Amino acid sequence: MSVRIRFDGDEIAGRDGQTIAGVLLGAGRRSWRSAAGAERGVFCGIGVCQDCVVTVNGIENVRACQRTAHEGDIVEREAR
Amino acid sequence: MTRRVAILGAGPAGLAAADAALTAGAEVILLDEGERIGGQFWRHHEQLTDRRMQHQHARFAQLRRAVGAATVHCEASVWRVDADRGIRVHALLGPADASGREAITIDADALVIATGAHDRALPVPGWTLPGVITAGAAQALAKRDGATIGARTVVAGSGPFLLPVAEGIALAGGSVVEVVEAAGVGAIARGWGRAPWRLAAVAGKSGELAGYVGGLLRRRTPYRFGQAVTRIHGVGGVEAVTVQRVDARWRPIPGTDRTVECDSVALGHGFTPRLEAAIQAGCDLSTERFVVVDDRQATSVASVFAAGEITGIGGADAALAEGAVAGFAAAGGALDDRRIRGALRARTRMHAFAARLDTHAIRPGWTSWLDDDTIICRCESVTRARLDEYAAASSRAMRLATRAGLGACQGRTCGRTVETLTAAGVDFDRRPVLSSIRIGELARLHHAEHKEQE
Repeated sequence: MSVRIRFDGDEIAGRDGQTIAGVLLGAGRRSWRSAAGAERGVFCGIGVCQDCVVTVNGIENVRACQRTAHEGDIVEREAR
Repeated sequence: MTRRVAILGAGPAGLAAADAALTAGAEVILLDEGERIGGQFWRHHEQLTDRRMQHQHARFAQLRRAVGAATVHCEASVWRVDADRGIRVHALLGPADASGREAITIDADALVIATGAHDRALPVPGWTLPGVITAGAAQALAKRDGATIGARTVVAGSGPFLLPVAEGIALAGGSVVEVVEAAGVGAIARGWGRAPWRLAAVAGKSGELAGYVGGLLRRRTPYRFGQAVTRIHGVGGVEAVTVQRVDARWRPIPGTDRTVECDSVALGHGFTPRLEAAIQAGCDLSTERFVVVDDRQATSVASVFAAGEITGIGGADAALAEGAVAGFAAAGGALDDRRIRGALRARTRMHAFAARLDTHAIRPGWTSWLDDDTIICRCESVTRARLDEYAAASSRAMRLATRAGLGACQGRTCGRTVETLTAAGVDFDRRPVLSSIRIGELARLHHAEHKEQE
């Protein structure tokens, strides 16, 4: 079973049920946000640090480590 | 009349509390922010979790069956708790950080707070590079997503929790290059070798730890003591770390550095209790900043009980025992009831184990591995040098000028470290809104309340 999301214009496949962070990591992506000009990705993995936030289907500041990926999700980078 | 018990957190402590409260005849409402019950310890996904990572699975299965008799709200962001005139819990239900989630209000006769803890990772130069995560993140990714942060991971920090983290990474298909423990061999021998009759009493625990060490040996993973990762190298991602020997105060010893190639680092130097709900409810804290509880796990506030890591870091077994006592007492049960005898005995046993964790407590010398430009507050990218400018200022002045601790995580990640590095007071744990919710959601609630009053 797989789930496909769009990120940075690419289609990325993950395993059904994975979080957005899990799907991105599985595809070899380790950063998906920038802060003060540097790249960031997942850090605490349990929804505490807010480092991994992305825009999902137009909604900003969604924690990638907490949100289960759904077929067709459009995931966008954020910059702070 | 049946007592209504609300429980915050469905990890080991909250689940045990729910089970015991139901046994004592209460109506139970259990709330957790996760998609499923289990907390960090039993974080799982039916298809993605390797069963070998589900420790004490039989106990979890039993608790899961038991809480079938409770009202369980998963994906619940509890954002406010009132305990001054009866118990009232405010939460939003829906997927993490979705907009327009459903608002619920729960009134109860008693409250059990079992909100647990999150990792404390000390800053290290280079720790904001992609590929650096907390030890708990490595564990969560392995358990929940069957994923790893990289192919070659250094696990570093302090405490026995590093061992299941290393095992989780290996089971999820990664490779652990080294496990680096800051406590020295001498400190560990003194801390864990003392009073061996007590260690025998926690035999279950030492057997589990021996199993992890056996796993490291099988995989030929070095387990280093008295050493620390003092620098993380890389451009755009982790490429290597510097490991140094540290003295008993965790000061790096010059001339002992080695470079270890890796593509990722998992850092865990202990845990920070998630105290905001207990603080909002008005519960007294100890000088060590845990929730003060009595024999019944009752806090200083009437009808409010606490269990698990917020009452002292002790691991899942202590949390299970404390949770059972808290839930039973919250439901009106008495401690001389034979049904709670087992939990009381287990609690005493596990507190002996917890006392040993002090061997791995953070020592003050670690700050000397920081550079001036090391980021301390990750949200606002505030460096050590910037904090130093306000080292003697009031907490408020320091925060307003630097913005340290005022970012999206509200000081959850950096708060304790900022307090160590400055003269800032101890108010980072005090948060008026308990979880991240959208301003639009708050505004809608406000609007709905006004309509009701009209």
